[in-house]
Amino acid sequence: MTRSVSTEPVVATPRDQEALALEGITVRFGSVTALEGAHCTIRRGTVHAILGENGAGKSTLMRAAFGWLTPDAGTIRVHGAPVSFQSSADAIAQGIGMVHQHFMLISAMTVTENIALGGQGRFDASTTAARIAEVATKTGLPVDPSARVRDLAVSAQQRVEIVKALVREAQILILDEPTAVLTPDQATELLRWVRSFADAGGTVVLITHKLREAFTVADDITVLRQGRTVVSAARLALSESHVIEALTGTGTGTGATPASVEASTVGPTIRSAQISSERRRVDHIADAPVLRLDGVSYVDARGVTRLRAVDLAVHPGEILGVIGVEGSGPRELLRILAGRLAPTSGRVTRPDAVGFVPEDRLHDAVIPTFSLTENLVLAEGGHARGWMDWSRWRGVTRDLLATADVRAVGPDIPMATLSGGNQQRFVIARERRRATAALIVENPTRGLDLNASARILADLRTLGGHPRPAVVFHSTDLDEVLSVATRVVVCFDGQVAEVQSPLDPNDRTPYTRAMTGSDRLGGEIAAERR
Amino acid sequence: MTEALLALWDGAFGSSYAIWSATLVRSAPLLLLGLGVALAFRAGVLNIGAEGQFLMGAISATAIAQSMGSMGGAVPRIVVIPMMALVGALAGASWAGIAAWVRQRFGVLEVISTIMLNFIALASISWMVRGPLQEPTRIYPQSAEIPGPAQWPFLIPGQRLHLGFVIGLLACGIAWVVLTRTAIGFRIRAVGASPSAATSAGGIAVAGTVLRVFLVSGACAGLAGAAEVGGVTWALYEGISPGYGYTAIAVALLARLHPGWIIVSAIFFGALEAGASAMQRDAGIPSVVVQVIVALVILGVLAGSQRRVIAGAATLGAEARR
Repeated sequence: MTRSVSTEPVVATPRDQEALALEGITVRFGSVTALEGAHCTIRRGTVHAILGENGAGKSTLMRAAFGWLTPDAGTIRVHGAPVSFQSSADAIAQGIGMVHQHFMLISAMTVTENIALGGQGRFDASTTAARIAEVATKTGLPVDPSARVRDLAVSAQQRVEIVKALVREAQILILDEPTAVLTPDQATELLRWVRSFADAGGTVVLITHKLREAFTVADDITVLRQGRTVVSAARLALSESHVIEALTGTGTGTGATPASVEASTVGPTIRSAQISSERRRVDHIADAPVLRLDGVSYVDARGVTRLRAVDLAVHPGEILGVIGVEGSGPRELLRILAGRLAPTSGRVTRPDAVGFVPEDRLHDAVIPTFSLTENLVLAEGGHARGWMDWSRWRGVTRDLLATADVRAVGPDIPMATLSGGNQQRFVIARERRRATAALIVENPTRGLDLNASARILADLRTLGGHPRPAVVFHSTDLDEVLSVATRVVVCFDGQVAEVQSPLDPNDRTPYTRAMTGSDRLGGEIAAERR
Repeated sequence: MTEALLALWDGAFGSSYAIWSATLVRSAPLLLLGLGVALAFRAGVLNIGAEGQFLMGAISATAIAQSMGSMGGAVPRIVVIPMMALVGALAGASWAGIAAWVRQRFGVLEVISTIMLNFIALASISWMVRGPLQEPTRIYPQSAEIPGPAQWPFLIPGQRLHLGFVIGLLACGIAWVVLTRTAIGFRIRAVGASPSAATSAGGIAVAGTVLRVFLVSGACAGLAGAAEVGGVTWALYEGISPGYGYTAIAVALLARLHPGWIIVSAIFFGALEAGASAMQRDAGIPSVVVQVIVALVILGVLAGSQRRVIAGAATLGAEARR
C-alpha cells in the first residue's frame, strides 16, 4: 500500500486540513471527572486511532464529538468551524457518523427501515433501498436492503451501521471498538475497508484497545489516560514501546519522545499506593488443580466467538488474576469456571459447588428486598428441600455476620439497608461458606468507595481455609488484579495466555502489552506496513 | 348518599342472611381465584387469565357431575365431589398450561395469552350450553341441574354458604405455610423477586419454578369454578361468573399478594358485590357504582405500591373487564 503520510505532529495541523478538532474537552459525571482537557485533531482523509485503557475516556470523548453528551468545557470544530451539538442529530447534520460498540439497530426491522429511521418526511421503501444499494456498491460494503436485521450476522449488522452513516452523508466516521465483535478475518477486511475509505478522502476515527490495529491502519494516534490526552501524534513519529508507556503511565521512557507528549503529571493512583503490589509466591505444582479447562470454546448468542480452545488450570491456594479488556473474554471465562455458563465445546473440570461473586451485586448476587437470612439461604435455593428451619438459618447468618465482620443490625434486616461494602463482604462470605474449594470473583469493588474497595481486596488476599481455596479474580482495574493475584493470565481475542511477571514489581508494561495484543505484534506490523 | 351506603351495608352485613348467604358466598370463589393470582404474581407470572381458568373448571366439573350422574346406580357424594374438584383443578391448570407453554416455547407474554384464553373459555361455555351440555329440552342455553350427589353441602342449615368457602380458607392457609416455611415457597418468592439472582446466586431453575406456579395458579382458579357450579349454581350457563376472575386481581393486589390478607380482601370484595345488588334494589343506585369503588381501590393500592410491572398487568385486567 503506498500513500504519503505526514510526519508532522498532529497538533500543528492547519485549520483547512482538519476534519474534526476537539480542544480542552472536560466532562464530569457528578464528582467523577471522565475527561480533563482532552484534545485531538483529526485530519481530513486520515484514519485516526484513539487508544486507551478501560475507562481512559475514549468513548466519552467520541460521544462528545457525536453530540451524545455536552462537555462541561472545551471546543469542538468541524471542518474548522466551531460547533455546539445539542444532540447527535446536530452531529449527523455536520456529516459525522458513529458506529457504537452495541449496535443501534432494531432487529425486527429490515435494513431499509432501520436506515430510514430518524429520517424526515415521507418514507418510501423503494427509494431508500435504491439509495442504500447505491451507497453499498460505491463504497464496497455489501448489504441486502430487504434483509431483516435479526437474520444478519454481526459483521453484516456492522456494515449496515456504517452504510446507515454513509447514507446520511457522513464524511467523518467514528467507529467504537469495531473489531471487538469480528473474527480475525473479518477484522482484517474491515480495517482494509477503513483504509480505502480514508484514501478516497473520508475521515475515520477508530476507537480501539488493540495496538496492532492502530499501528497497521492509522495515520495518527491519540492516547488517552485517565481522561487526559497523553500522546497525539503521527503514527510514524511514534514507537510501539512509547505508546505502551503512554497507555500505562509507567516505564522508563526509552522510546522516541515527540514534542507533543505531555509530561506525565498523573502520579500513581491512591489505590495502588494503598495496596502493596508485592506478589505472593505460591507453590502450586504439588497440588492437583481445582478448576480445569481443556479446549474450551464459547460462541455467544450473536455468533461471536468469545473464547477459543482455552486450556487453563487453577490450583488450590493461588489467586489467578484474569486481565483483559471488555469483550475479550474474561466475563465468559469466569462464568464458565463458575458453572454459570455452558461452553460451546471443550471440557470443564470443577467441584460441584463453586463460589461466584458476580459483578452486578444487586442484580445477580442478592435480592435487595429480602432479609440477610433469606439472602444467605438463597445460595442453597436450588437444592433445599422440605421445611425451612428459619431459626437455624438466622443463627448461621448471625455467625456469618460476625466472622465476616459485616456491619448489620441483625439477620432480619433487608439487604438493601446495608452499605455496598458490607453487602459485598456478605456475598463473599456466603460464597465462601457455600464452596470451600473454589471462588470466582468478578469486579468486586464496582461501585464501592476507596476504603471499602481496599478492604475487599485485603480480604481476598488473606482468604484462609484448609486447603486454601483456588481463587479466580477479574477486575477491569489492572492495579487491583496486580495487587491481589499470585499469577496473571490475559484474555485477548478469546485466547487465554499466562503473563510472565516482570522483575520490577511496579512495571505494568507486560500486562498492558498483553491486553492490547502488542506482545504479538512482532513482524506482523512490519509485514502489513509494506 | 347515606341511604345508598346503608343499603350497601345492609346488603353485605345487615342480616345473618346477608353475611352467610350473600357476602361469604360471593367471597368463596374470590378466595381461590385471588390466591391463584397472588401466587402467580409472587413468582413474577402475570396471570390475568383467572377468569378463563375458572370457566374451564366450571365446564369440566359440570361435565363430570353429569356423566357420573348418568352412570348406572347412584355414585356417592364422597366420590363425586372430590372428582369435580379434581377435574376442575386439572382443567384450570391445563388452561393455564397453554399460556405457560406458549410463553416458554414462543416467548408470548402471558398477559396477552391469558386474556385471549379468557375469551376462548367464554366462547367454549356458549358452545357447551348450546351443544354437548345443553339441558334435555334443548330450549334454554344452560345445562341441566347437576344430580343431587354432585351438589356440594351447605355449611350452615338454612344458609347458602358452601364447602367451597372452607376449601378456599384452607388453600390460603396452606399457601401461607408453603410460601413462608418451605424450600419450594422460598424458591417461588426468590424467582418472583429477582429471577437473575435466583439463577445466578441460587442455582434455582427459574423456568421450571415459573411453570409449576403457573399451573398451580390455574388449578386454584379451576377449583373455584368447580366449587361455584357445585355449591352455588348447580348448573352451567354463560353468565356464571360476574367477572370474578378480574375482581380476583384486585383481591390479590389489595392483599399485597399475601395469602393471609387474601381472606380479608376476598371478603371485602364479596361484601361489595353483595352490597351492590342490595343497593340497586333498595336505593335504586346502579350497581356499577360499586365497580367504580372497586376501580378506585385498585388505583389506591397501586399508587401505594412500587410494583410497576403488576401495575401494567392490573391496567390490562381492568381493560379486559370492560
